[in-house]
Amino acid sequence: MLLLDCPHCGPRDENEFHYGGQAGISYPEGETTDAEWAGYVFLRDNPKGWFRERWFHAHGCRTWLTVERHTVTHEVRKPE
Amino acid sequence: MTHPDFLWRNPDPRPAYDVVIVGGGGHGLATAYYLARNHGITNVAVLERGWLAGGNMARNTTIIRSNYLWDESAAIYEHSLKLWEGLSAELDYDLQFSQRGVLNLAHNLGDVREGRRRVNANRLNGVDAEWLDPDEVKKFCPIINTSGRARYPVMGATLQRRGGIAKHDHVAWALARQADAYGVDLIQGCEVTGFEILKNRVIAVQTSRGRIAAGKVALAAAGHTSVLAAQAGIRLPLQSHPLQALVSELLEPVLDCVVMSNAVHVYVSQAHKGELVMGAGIDAYNSYGQRGNVHVIEAQMAAALELFPIFSRVRVLRTWAGIVDVSPDASPIIGRTPVDGLYINAGWGTGGFKATPGSGWVYADTIAHGRSHPLAEPFALERFTTGALIDEHGAAAVAH
Repeated sequence: MLLLDCPHCGPRDENEFHYGGQAGISYPEGETTDAEWAGYVFLRDNPKGWFRERWFHAHGCRTWLTVERHTVTHEVRKPE
Repeated sequence: MTHPDFLWRNPDPRPAYDVVIVGGGGHGLATAYYLARNHGITNVAVLERGWLAGGNMARNTTIIRSNYLWDESAAIYEHSLKLWEGLSAELDYDLQFSQRGVLNLAHNLGDVREGRRRVNANRLNGVDAEWLDPDEVKKFCPIINTSGRARYPVMGATLQRRGGIAKHDHVAWALARQADAYGVDLIQGCEVTGFEILKNRVIAVQTSRGRIAAGKVALAAAGHTSVLAAQAGIRLPLQSHPLQALVSELLEPVLDCVVMSNAVHVYVSQAHKGELVMGAGIDAYNSYGQRGNVHVIEAQMAAALELFPIFSRVRVLRTWAGIVDVSPDASPIIGRTPVDGLYINAGWGTGGFKATPGSGWVYADTIAHGRSHPLAEPFALERFTTGALIDEHGAAAVAH
């Protein structure tokens, strides 16, 4: 189980959190083509390596945080 | 006593093939087999990074069924089930395909409505399906706790009698042997590291064992499809997750059907050898680590023991995880890609084993003719742009 460092609550077990997927996905601005909209809705990075991702501290402070995690070693570090 | 003969050659790669299949799991082997059998295309290589069928083919819970809700899914999975029914004879190998019946339990009113609806939809699509009330469930599978005080009360179940299990290793070995007999080169320890693309057409793959020219390249790499596609400059709507399973110690025969419960993420069967085979849900986060979290197993076992109190003192022998590629609508992606000559068969998520022959059949046809097989058409990559999704998430089964 991962130990995630919540900025508000400190290091907590993974099962207090809800996974939120890739970080930094923002709503597209202005008019979008079908392809751009599909990209926003469905396309996410799926790297074998470091991954910036969102976690929600559901059973704690109920805030979102961003971490970097390695998808092979599961090592977690603070995002730069 | 002499060692039995090898079932397939172990050739070095040749410089060029008509078709290169990337991934030597069940789907890759089935694709190679049907390319040769149905289309006479035998100048084919299957490139496997590790050893044949050592990925998800060796890690799944071997459940076979076709009781999906939507027409498109029912059609492709039923095609696959029909192939399973003749596959042992066709491959001349005992696949231990056992149509012992698959129960999908309903624990609440929503489950009951969904189950009854799915039974009707299945029947309209020519898929055998029955609705069992709790007494009938108890009769069909006596060790399920159907008491009214159960933590997860059993309010009924769907039953597909033609569903069941097969011996995954035998399936891989039989397909590999027949593909090899047709002249297909099964090349192990050969990792694809890049694609040569000229004027938007793939012409070769770079591998850890050198360059291999290819008329067509077909991905069949499950959880690693995103990594490969990225090397060809393609982004896919796939996320890779660990999916865990476990086996118990060997037991006397105690469970003669497959029991699935989507609501509590439990699926159980008893293998021919005697161990209980149980699957969990996916671990939430993206991973290529081929291992999962204990808390996922713990939650799944807790639910399993509520359903099967008789298992309370059974010991777990081992747990493991495979990496599954999950698509946004929990349906596979089959067909062409934006790169000419490069084909994709991915996104089977947690349910690819049952599709092995059907997937190979339609993928081989798609590759041979350069257009989607009719059963594969709805599963093309374009559906995420057009919005014509095949949303099986809540419908047929969360746990495939």
